[in-house]
Amino acid sequence: MVYENPDGVMIGLEIHVQLNKLATKLFCGCSTDYHTSEPNTHVCPVCMGLPGCLPVLNKRAVEYAIRIGLALNCEIVEQTQFHRKNYYYPDLPKGFQTTQYDYPIVSDGKVVIEGEDGEHVVRIRRAHMEEDPGRLMHMGSIEKSRGTLIDYNRSGMALIEIVSEPDMRSPREARRFLDKLRNILEYLDVFDSTLEGSMRVDANISIGGGDRTEVKNISSHKGAERALLYEIMRQKNIKRRGEKVVMETRHFDEARGVTISMRTKEEEHDYRYFPEPDLVPMRVGSWVEGILETLPELPDARRSRFISDYGMVDTHAKALTSDIRVADFYEEVASQVDPASAAVWVSDVLKGELNYRDLTIASFTVEDMVKIIELVVSGKITEKGAVEIIRNILDEGGSPMDIVKEKGLLKVEGDVVDQAVEEVLRENPQALEDYFAGKEKSLNFLVGQVMKKTRGRADARSVREMMLEEIDKNYR
Amino acid sequence: MLDGLSDIKYKIGSSSAEEVVASYLERIEKSDINAFTCIAEDATDQAKKIDSLNMEGPLAGVPIAIKDNISTKGLSTTCSSAILDGYVPPYDAHVIERLREAGAVIIGKSNMDEFGMGTSTETSTYGPTLNPWDAERVAGGSSGGSAAAVVAGQVPVSLGSDTGGSVRCPAAFCGAVGLKPTYGAVSRYGLVSYANSLEQIGPLANRVEDVATLMDVISTYDNRDSTCVKHNAGYTDALQDDMEGLKIGVPAEYFGEGIDDNVQKLVWDAVGKFEDMGAEYTKVSMPNTPYALAAYYTIAMSEASSNLARFDGTRYGTRSEGENWHMMASKTRQEKFGAEVKRRILLGTYALSAGYHDRYYLKALKVRTLVKQDFERAFEDVDVLMAPTMPTPAFRIGEKMDDPLSLYLTDVNTVPINLAGVPSISVPCGFSEGLPVGLQVIGNYFDEATILKAANAFEKNTDHHTKLAGAVV
Repeated sequence: MVYENPDGVMIGLEIHVQLNKLATKLFCGCSTDYHTSEPNTHVCPVCMGLPGCLPVLNKRAVEYAIRIGLALNCEIVEQTQFHRKNYYYPDLPKGFQTTQYDYPIVSDGKVVIEGEDGEHVVRIRRAHMEEDPGRLMHMGSIEKSRGTLIDYNRSGMALIEIVSEPDMRSPREARRFLDKLRNILEYLDVFDSTLEGSMRVDANISIGGGDRTEVKNISSHKGAERALLYEIMRQKNIKRRGEKVVMETRHFDEARGVTISMRTKEEEHDYRYFPEPDLVPMRVGSWVEGILETLPELPDARRSRFISDYGMVDTHAKALTSDIRVADFYEEVASQVDPASAAVWVSDVLKGELNYRDLTIASFTVEDMVKIIELVVSGKITEKGAVEIIRNILDEGGSPMDIVKEKGLLKVEGDVVDQAVEEVLRENPQALEDYFAGKEKSLNFLVGQVMKKTRGRADARSVREMMLEEIDKNYR
Repeated sequence: MLDGLSDIKYKIGSSSAEEVVASYLERIEKSDINAFTCIAEDATDQAKKIDSLNMEGPLAGVPIAIKDNISTKGLSTTCSSAILDGYVPPYDAHVIERLREAGAVIIGKSNMDEFGMGTSTETSTYGPTLNPWDAERVAGGSSGGSAAAVVAGQVPVSLGSDTGGSVRCPAAFCGAVGLKPTYGAVSRYGLVSYANSLEQIGPLANRVEDVATLMDVISTYDNRDSTCVKHNAGYTDALQDDMEGLKIGVPAEYFGEGIDDNVQKLVWDAVGKFEDMGAEYTKVSMPNTPYALAAYYTIAMSEASSNLARFDGTRYGTRSEGENWHMMASKTRQEKFGAEVKRRILLGTYALSAGYHDRYYLKALKVRTLVKQDFERAFEDVDVLMAPTMPTPAFRIGEKMDDPLSLYLTDVNTVPINLAGVPSISVPCGFSEGLPVGLQVIGNYFDEATILKAANAFEKNTDHHTKLAGAVV
């Protein structure tokens, strides 16, 4: 099957990723650990842009950028080159942003995503390094605030801006690309997606070969998909009216789910790029080999390894590797219990329960998961009981053993179950008759009655078998 | 003859740093040449501290003036601009850290052209610094205060900065010694940028050996300036006066149209003096010199337009009122920047704009490479180059203020040095109608030792530096 792309949708993305796993900012020694700090406490003369201050390039940031480039199959530049992008804004303390222009640190790469019709390649045009500006803060809404306050804690944080080619053909592909990219970056250990503002997206979109619009202010992957769906609808409506889409920058209003015009092409800034005289080129060509050697296992490789090492099916491997935290969690569990059972329990059950509650894997411990699987495998509790324990831990907390005791979940077997089966058959002659008359459903009812009597602690599958045996033996 | 560092150190030894500093403060107090933008209130305390700790160090107790564009912790740094009125840096520039370690007493900030943009210190918001030899004439610029203060005996040494001649020009006009070091020899950390790729902090004094001493102190490697280069110092040790076999190149292009006859004669006399001392000279050609001035101003203004963008009234200095941020920033810049600064920001912005970038900025960079090659070629054959520092002696205050182009033209012999990044020193080589004239000795990259040595030998064999300016009180 080939995806036809009926509307001729072309989507290209520009993603700003904050390299927040670095200890210090891009051009100064200020700590990056500001997210819970008071405003303007992680600043120095350099990131405040005080007169006379000079930038010094963070070597580790360059290594991170190269690491990202290699993971995205990019070419790495021979030596670094920074430019100044000149514009005025209160969050920009120097009146220009130090960024890269015609020599981005990496370029010409690709990412393979799951497209509308199977594997789909999204080409990476370039990724360049730049500094984050500060942040404007308002008391309440912008309209009602008495003024604007500036927090420069974020100023000078290292960003990498990844620019794709317009290779995505639907909002869903865009979202999958973003998910894949986030996953790769987390595997590289260069960024923590859970911190606010760590990944910011601008989307370029056109339909049917027309002019493109750029949508800014997208703060989530879901938001990107919604903004793009809206934009396709809007552009289609324009074309339907026989008008032309104008090239412009639009702002995504997340609350209303619409895009609003910000400025047209004529109003674009002239950024007057020129080489940053305060930074000398850093030769990095020779670093590549060393960085390549230390590159960690990436999602696709891990997925293949999970299949070959643990004998799991591809859907499980994919589910388990699409988030590094889940993959790490799984491997820890799998090292202590049967990996095949672990795959089922983590990817099918635990992930489902977490998603349902909008929780992450951080809400569950490896110890609890191991204990629960052990209880099931050793036959001490039923699968149903295990699910109940997981739900209980997520909703109310507690340890697996306490919950087992509290709820009486230890599996019952032997006489108790035998007796319950006998009782149920004796007490429900009508249902038995119905069964003999060909109503298969009656058997389910009878099994259900046994489960009720044993308060769910019996294994339903074996109850069913026992029941059939008993019927054959004593009721035929 | 004014005291040099060795005299002052002797005086401090026999009395105290406090007394010596007091005597300089008194001279500043009595003077009316407007060399300072502010005096450090704690100057006496700094001196007392040196005395009480019995502090040693190459500059222990020596008062020094600092150009007002070099950041001094706790001491106003305005770049002689109204926009930075009230700005007190929370940190010291690298050179200030070094001076404090060496025991120097930061006595005050010296006047300058606003943000270094000028050749006469007339664009200062505090008004011009007067030439110590003739109060009706300019002190040169942009480090006019630093040169005038030294020559008027208000400090023995000072720091200036040189983007296109800003140390050498006032040194020549006032009769001081001033060095523009090799680009990368002195950390720019804390120097308020005018044109980053061109400028260096440089010392001024009445004696070559004092300039060398200052260089030894300030030119240590600093990793906070990425353009700073590790190199060997030891400038004072290099000061012998043996000129035997020194190869001098005299570039014809530096004696062209507009260079005053008296100035030419004094410089040729100086070359003759070197011959007497055993040096030999050849005429050399530096064919790209005529294009240097245009390239220099294009690059300097382009960089300046970006460097000065941060002065928007938001974080420090003064601001004008406006109904929103953009209006506030716009009015602040409109009202607080002087005319010359605005002119250069506008021209620089234009030169970098889409559609003009290649025609101006990029072309200027190409010329810069050619100018650099002129120097590299010349230094294959000679050890130093000699030329007039300035085309004329100091001109009258106000004379060129209405004609910026004529002012720019006076930089013709100093800007090629900044484009190339080589070191150059200006030393007094005589007087023309009572006004000092400067000889420029240009060296190869990181070969400050050779030009200091030549300048020192010249000083030892002449008496220009022994004459006292009228402003000395």
